[in-house]
Amino acid sequence: MVSYIIRRTIMAIPLLFGITILSFAIIQAAPGDPTSLMMDPSMKPSDKEAFRERYGLDEPIHIQYITWLGNMAQGDFGDSIIKRGTPVSELIMNRLPNTLLLMLVSTILAILIAIPFGIYSAMRPYTKLDYTVTVTSFLGVATPNFWLGLMLIMFLSVTLGWFPTGGVATLNADFSLWDRIHHLILPAFVLAVADMAALTRYTRSSMMDVLKQDYIRTAMSKGFKEKKVVLKHGLRNGMIPIITIFGLMLPSFIGGAAITERVFAWPGIGLLFIESAFQRDYPVIMALTVISAVFVVIGNLLADILYAVFDPRIEY
Amino acid sequence: MTALLELKNLKTHFMKKKANIPAVDGVDLTIQKGETVALVGESGSGKSITSLSIMRLIPSPPGKIVDGQILFNGQDLVTLTDDQMCKIRGNDISMIFQEPMTSLNPVLTIGEQIIEVLMYHQKLNKSQARTKAVEMLELVGFSRAKALVDEYPHRLSGGMRQRVMIAIAMSCNPKLLIADEPTTALDVTIQAQILDLMKDLSKKYDTSILLITHDLGVVSEVADKVVVMYCGQVVEEAMVEDLFDEPLHPYTIGLMGSIPSLDDDLDRLQSIEGNVPPPEHFPQGCRFAPRCPHAFDKCRSALPALMDVEGGSRKVRCFLHGDKEATS
Repeated sequence: MVSYIIRRTIMAIPLLFGITILSFAIIQAAPGDPTSLMMDPSMKPSDKEAFRERYGLDEPIHIQYITWLGNMAQGDFGDSIIKRGTPVSELIMNRLPNTLLLMLVSTILAILIAIPFGIYSAMRPYTKLDYTVTVTSFLGVATPNFWLGLMLIMFLSVTLGWFPTGGVATLNADFSLWDRIHHLILPAFVLAVADMAALTRYTRSSMMDVLKQDYIRTAMSKGFKEKKVVLKHGLRNGMIPIITIFGLMLPSFIGGAAITERVFAWPGIGLLFIESAFQRDYPVIMALTVISAVFVVIGNLLADILYAVFDPRIEY
Repeated sequence: MTALLELKNLKTHFMKKKANIPAVDGVDLTIQKGETVALVGESGSGKSITSLSIMRLIPSPPGKIVDGQILFNGQDLVTLTDDQMCKIRGNDISMIFQEPMTSLNPVLTIGEQIIEVLMYHQKLNKSQARTKAVEMLELVGFSRAKALVDEYPHRLSGGMRQRVMIAIAMSCNPKLLIADEPTTALDVTIQAQILDLMKDLSKKYDTSILLITHDLGVVSEVADKVVVMYCGQVVEEAMVEDLFDEPLHPYTIGLMGSIPSLDDDLDRLQSIEGNVPPPEHFPQGCRFAPRCPHAFDKCRSALPALMDVEGGSRKVRCFLHGDKEATS
C-alpha cells in the first residue's frame, strides 16, 4: 500500500509538469498582458517597457517558464503583478479559508441530504417519494447556480430581508459566530444543490444495483430487519462507486465555487481566479492552476486509497 | 412423527399490470421432523417461489401470498407480522442458495457474517459469538477455521463458500433448512461433499431439509420423500424408493427417462416434448396435457386432483391413476 502511494505520487510529477507547461502557454496566448489592463493610457511606451522588464515579461516565454518553475520549486509563487507586489502566497492564504469553509459546509450539506434520500429511493423505487426525489434532483441539476443564487438573494435577502445579500461577515462589525453562519447559509445551500442532486442520483442507482445482489437476499434470510440489511450489508457496497464521485469533487473545492462566490461576493479562491484571469495576473493564475492540479492528483489518489479501504477485494 | 412444516393450498401470485401470474398455485406439502424432502421440477415450475414463500421473502410488490397456510410447528407463518417473521428467519428456518459465489457479502469477513447471526438471534456477546463461529466453521470441515474467521469471501472457492453458507445457516441450530439448488453451481466432486455434509448435519441436529433441485441424482442420494412440481402445482408425491421404482405421473416418468444411464445403450436420451408453458399461458385442464404422451380428451378439459394412491402412501395428480373422476 505504501509503495503504491509512493509510486502514484512519482507518477503524478510528469502530469503536473504537463499541466503547468500547458497552462503557461495558454495564458500567454491570451491577448494582452498585465500592462495593457492596469496602465494609464497616457503612459509613455518607455515606462511600459521598464515595467515589463521589471516583472520579466520581456523575456522569451520558455525563459519565463523556467524562471517561474525554479522559483516555485523553492516554494516561491512570486508576487502579484496587479496588486503591486503582494506575494501570491499571501493572496491565496487570505482567500483559501473562506473557500474551504464554504465548500466543506456545502459538501456536508449535500451528503447529509443526498445519501439518505438516494438510499430511500433505492429501497422503494417507482413510488411517489422516489418520483418526487427524482424530479427534484433533475431540477437541481438543471438549475444554473448563478440563477438560483440570484433568485434567493432577490426573494430571501432583498424582499424578505432574512439573509444578508453577500460577503462573509457584516462589514466593520465585531466577529460573531451567528453572523458568520448567517452569511454562510445561502451560498452554501446554492452550492450544495447541484452536488446534492447529482449525489442523490448516483446513490440511488448504486444502491438499487446493490439491493438486487444475492448477498442482500442472504442477509434478509438471516432474519435482519430491512433497515439493518440496507445499512449494514448494502451501504458499504453501494458506497464503493460513490467514492469516485468524491474523488472528482475534491478539486472542485478550488475552482468549482467561482460562480457562486461571484454571485454572493464571497471572497474566496474562485473569485480570485476570475479576477486574476481578467487582469492577466500571471503569477496568481499559475499558482492557482498548480494548486488545482495538485488537488486533482490528491483527489484521485485518495479515491484509490478509499477503494481499498471499502473493498477488501482490491489490493495494491 | 409430527409435521414440522405443512403447506396447505399455498398460492403465491405475481401481480403484473396485465395479468395475475400464478407462480405457485395451490401447493400442499408436509415435512416431518428430521425428514429430508426434495422438491423437484424444471425451471419455472414454481419450486423456488415455494421456498421463498416459506421464508416470506417473495419480492413484494409484485409477489404476494394470496391464499393458503404455511403451518410451521402449528403456527401460520402467513399471518405473522414482519417483526415476528424476522425472529424465525435465520433462527428456526434458515436457507442456503444456489450461487455460493455471490451469496456472501464481499466487504464483510466470513467471521462477521456468522457472528452477526449469533449475536442477533442467540443474544451472544461478541467473543462468545466468535468462539461459536470458529466451531461452526470447524463443523463444516474447515481445518484452519481460526484464521478463516478474519478472511474475506473472495479468497474462497465456490465449494468453500457454500460450506460457509451452511455454517451460517446451521449456526442457530434451525429446525428447517431450505436449500435452493445448493450444489447446482458446484463441481461434481464438491457436490457430493456438500450433500454429505448436509446429510450429516441434519442427522446430528435433527434438522429437516427442504431440498430444491432439478437433479434427480441428488434426490436419490439424500431425500426421504420427493415432491414433483409442474406449473406451480404438485403433480406427484412419494417416498424416494417408491418414486424411483415406479414413477406414476407421466411427467415424472419423462423426467426419469431423461437421466442418462450407463447400463442402457441408447443413441438418444429420451426427452419431454415441448417446454414448460409460462404461467400466463397455463393450459386449461391438466397442465401437463399438451406435452403428455398419454393425454386423452378429459385431460384437456378438466384439472385432475392430487389423489391418494396405493393406500395413501403416495399421491399423484393424473387421471390415469386412482379415482378416475376426481377433478380439482
